[in-house]
Amino acid sequence: MIDVRDVFFSYPSGVQALKGVSLTIKDGEFVAIMGQNGAGKTTLVKHFNGLLKPARGQILVDGVDTTKVSIAKLSRDVGFVFQNPDSQLFSETVEDEIAFALKNFGYKSNVIEKRITWALNLLNLTQYRKTSPFMLSGGERKRVALASILAWDPKTLILDEPTIGQDYEQKEKLRQFVMQMRTQQKTVIIVTHDVEFVAECNPRVMLMREGKVIADGEATRILSDPQTLKQASIVPPQIAQIFLELPDLKLPKDVIDVYQAERILRKALEKQGR
Amino acid sequence: MSVFSGLKFRKVYSPIHNLDPRVKFIYVCAIFVIAILYSELIPLLLLFLIQVPFVLLARVQHEWIRSMRGAVYLAALIFFTNFLFKFLAAGYNVLPYDVETTVGLTLRFVVLVESFSIFFLTTSPDHLGLALEQTRVPYEFVFAFTTAVRFVPVLAEEAQTIMDAQKARGLELEKGNFLKRIRNYIPILIPLIVSAIRRSLELAEAMESRAWGATKKRTNLYVLKMHKGDFALIVITIGILAAAVYVRLYVHIPMLYDILTS
Repeated sequence: MIDVRDVFFSYPSGVQALKGVSLTIKDGEFVAIMGQNGAGKTTLVKHFNGLLKPARGQILVDGVDTTKVSIAKLSRDVGFVFQNPDSQLFSETVEDEIAFALKNFGYKSNVIEKRITWALNLLNLTQYRKTSPFMLSGGERKRVALASILAWDPKTLILDEPTIGQDYEQKEKLRQFVMQMRTQQKTVIIVTHDVEFVAECNPRVMLMREGKVIADGEATRILSDPQTLKQASIVPPQIAQIFLELPDLKLPKDVIDVYQAERILRKALEKQGR
Repeated sequence: MSVFSGLKFRKVYSPIHNLDPRVKFIYVCAIFVIAILYSELIPLLLLFLIQVPFVLLARVQHEWIRSMRGAVYLAALIFFTNFLFKFLAAGYNVLPYDVETTVGLTLRFVVLVESFSIFFLTTSPDHLGLALEQTRVPYEFVFAFTTAVRFVPVLAEEAQTIMDAQKARGLELEKGNFLKRIRNYIPILIPLIVSAIRRSLELAEAMESRAWGATKKRTNLYVLKMHKGDFALIVITIGILAAAVYVRLYVHIPMLYDILTS
């Protein structure tokens, strides 16, 4: 469980990035943190594995104060996948890249071997085991970065902008993967601008603006509330926009899912006798 | 790292910022030469003090103090190595003259840092590029130089992100013996170098698509012109330099210790 209590944070440049954030993320929850650039999303999640320490307030990860333990120790439980895979790839082969963290955490070599095989398999990278990560495409590099974090099977997974630069197929795979993590009772936190992706995943949504959380709740409720979304510079997903634009049909307004939308529209059409 | 933050330019409007960078550079070179000319404490102390009004006039005292603080470690190193050798040469004796010369040598370094810090704190990279260009340095070199200067903060930010990413994978930079600590930096340096190369290639493409080097004769939006203040600084610089050379050649410089004890 991640417990954030009235956290403030400023960068050395003087920018106040967090201004009194309080929230609780329970084990097994799936949370999307959204908001415009510079709203403090990445700053907030960097506090969850101790990369940043709060200037005021407190963050407890499973009851442990993040200021009291090392980043390495927190990272065992909280995996953080950075936005740009190029900020971490450095090894000669994909295999070595995945082994890096496992070695840092002191796993035995036979365990490392097994974990690598498992992680490569999970993300469809087995054929690239001996390839240089620099030779792979952008999407593949992103998957290698993800595999290198998943390899030690952290309890909580933070994904910073996972959909940027991914084609539709990759996004769909990512969505399925996240859903799979949920069935394994993992906590997944994503930071994103991609409102359509969030609408498809249907997580708990947190909106941030100027260092504060301005809304927190179910995706269906938040993503179909244009006034609140506007404050975070987000446009509702297209499905929600259609339903918001058709008030005269007396349809429900909190629809963000394509399949649900289809059912509702069919029913409405049947009623009209078509 | 604070030495570098003390060299970073921040836009302020002051009489010193408005000076022609070429003149400022001549001034810095003159101070440099004078600092090398003397190893005695009194003239170096004087050289240190005459620059303080410039700092106050340019209103960069905070940044300047930071860069001075950054120079403290290196200054301490210079002091102790010099002191150690003097101490050994004097047959394990601490002589007041030796202490004074050592302090003088350290102050020489501080004066150099001081003058360069004033120059970089009050001169924008663009201005500097313009100055180089108008002194007929080929534009390719000027561009490479100003771009390098401008990309330093970008690279520093990137290094921070890379460090965070590797720390999130359990890398502990301060762990292990000396050799291990150096090796700890490999996962930081490789992504940094790769991204710098990648960035430079992208920049080259972006420049070519904006017709970089299309004509031999480039015009500039701004042209540097000498003003009253610039001439005044030149006169002051020449005055100081001439006085310094004269004193060096014809005047005996007393030791501070002698003055204090006589």
